[in-house]
Amino acid sequence: MIRFDRVTKQFPDGTTAVDELDLTAPTGQITVLVGPSGCGKTTSLRMVNRMIEPTSGAIFLDGADVADLKAAELRRGMGYVIQHAGLFPHKTIVDNIGTVPGLLGWSRAKTRERSMELLERVGLDPALANRYPSQLSGGQQQRVGVARALAADPPVMLMDEPFSAVDPVVRDQLQDEFLRLQAELGKTIVFVTHDIDEAIKLGDQVAVLRVGGRLAQVATPEYLLTHPADDFVADFVGRDRGYRALSFQSAPRLPLHQERTVVLGETPDEAREWVLVVSERREPLGWVEPARLTAPVGEADLQRGGTVARSEGSLRAALDAALSSPSRRGVIVDDVGELIGTVRAHEVLAAIEDADRPEVDPAQARGVEPSRDRRAAR
Amino acid sequence: MNWIQQNWQSVFPLAAAHVLLAGVPLILGLLLAIPLGWAARRWRRAYPVIVSTSGLLYTIPSLALFILMPLILGTRILDPINVVVAMTVYTVALLVRTVADGLGSVPDHVQQAATAMGYGPLRRFLTVELPLAVPVITAGLRVAAVSNVSIVSVASLVGVSQLGDLLIDGYNRNIPGELWLGIGACLLLALIFDVVITSAGRLLTPWTRVAA
Repeated sequence: MIRFDRVTKQFPDGTTAVDELDLTAPTGQITVLVGPSGCGKTTSLRMVNRMIEPTSGAIFLDGADVADLKAAELRRGMGYVIQHAGLFPHKTIVDNIGTVPGLLGWSRAKTRERSMELLERVGLDPALANRYPSQLSGGQQQRVGVARALAADPPVMLMDEPFSAVDPVVRDQLQDEFLRLQAELGKTIVFVTHDIDEAIKLGDQVAVLRVGGRLAQVATPEYLLTHPADDFVADFVGRDRGYRALSFQSAPRLPLHQERTVVLGETPDEAREWVLVVSERREPLGWVEPARLTAPVGEADLQRGGTVARSEGSLRAALDAALSSPSRRGVIVDDVGELIGTVRAHEVLAAIEDADRPEVDPAQARGVEPSRDRRAAR
Repeated sequence: MNWIQQNWQSVFPLAAAHVLLAGVPLILGLLLAIPLGWAARRWRRAYPVIVSTSGLLYTIPSLALFILMPLILGTRILDPINVVVAMTVYTVALLVRTVADGLGSVPDHVQQAATAMGYGPLRRFLTVELPLAVPVITAGLRVAAVSNVSIVSVASLVGVSQLGDLLIDGYNRNIPGELWLGIGACLLLALIFDVVITSAGRLLTPWTRVAA
């Protein structure tokens, strides 16, 4: 657990970067610091590993004041990932990953073995081990950055906009894999970003900071979206917060309709309406309009615009499936991806009206384990 | 040209002396310039003082410096040490700025990452910052090497033998062949220094040559 106790940082030029920050980052969870530039989020992060010393107040790591610990040793116990990965250009990938084990005096063989293990763990080809960072793409470098931070298995990870410099598609992948990794590893993570969507996607707890380094609100993403503390937070979380909050509400039992289907490669019965095309294993593939078909259904005939929601998924996924479907009927599948029926938008809306808004303030109910289904629902 | 045919062997001992008198100061100067360059980076206010003071040293005429050295060091007037020290001064003058700027070329985020990983200051300097400054330092070293090979020939005027002897003797006795031999040998030496430094730089920086 990392606890900020009335932490203030004033720089010599008189600006206050962080103002009386009280915040707890619970063990094994992701705490996201989010806010506009100049809100002191990076400064706060860097005070944890003493890259910056606070002007007043203290930061405690599992009860110990970090100011009493040796800076270099403290840092070796905290993984650190930054925006442009900050890899050492003159070291190979495997040596980059083995940086902290090397500093800790592990043997070469053990360091290399651990580095290779991590290389695969973050989804990289072991053949990249002896390349140099400049030979990797931005997304690959960022993965190496994460692997390097994990190398000595530190209990704490500090991450400063680690996914901001890569393109949106890669960022999405990296975020998903980061969540998967965290589900396995359960690190205590402090994560800085300026992107509220990223904060909501990744955070178990989100701390919104305003310019001048003042904490505006700390809450679970769900609570933040439904109960912003003030106009600043409401503005910052954005206009479509009502829609996005649905991500956190698992869909109740929705009234499912049987759907007329046709297996790919067969010819549907004469019909005017959209027909759902499925695979042999009843996985939905896309929609077709039989009237436009001249031959058995081929890959090229499929309309793939619709998203697919899982029956145990979120209300947002169910609503999106209905809205994005060419037939306006949202495709619902089970855990293994088999079609179980379709749902209409107005039915999802009715379910939303019946659902309760979350009322638990996480500031009071501290330490609530994030449920696995909530993650899966995203 | 007759002179060359009869006397070309005389070039070897002179060239060997030239290599030592130009090469040893190059190494000593680099070793001194590294901590000075580091200090210039470390304390921002010291940068202009260190860099311009050391740069000014280069403007002292070499002949004057060779003559002053025995007075400063208390050595004998013909001692080659005088030349080695003077050439080291010139090398430092050229390299301090190079080292400081080379260290400055290390990306900020790389330095910060190193600090955040838990490197101590000395270890970070030796294993991260200095290696990354090698390309810039190599470029400065090439300039210093050529400059040393050229300046050291003046030492013949204070009685320390090297290839400069051929130039002075050739001029005094009006032997064009001897002048050409001296010039050619100096050029060749400068080229060899350059090749050695470039190759060493390449060996130390395999990461700069990989296809991105």
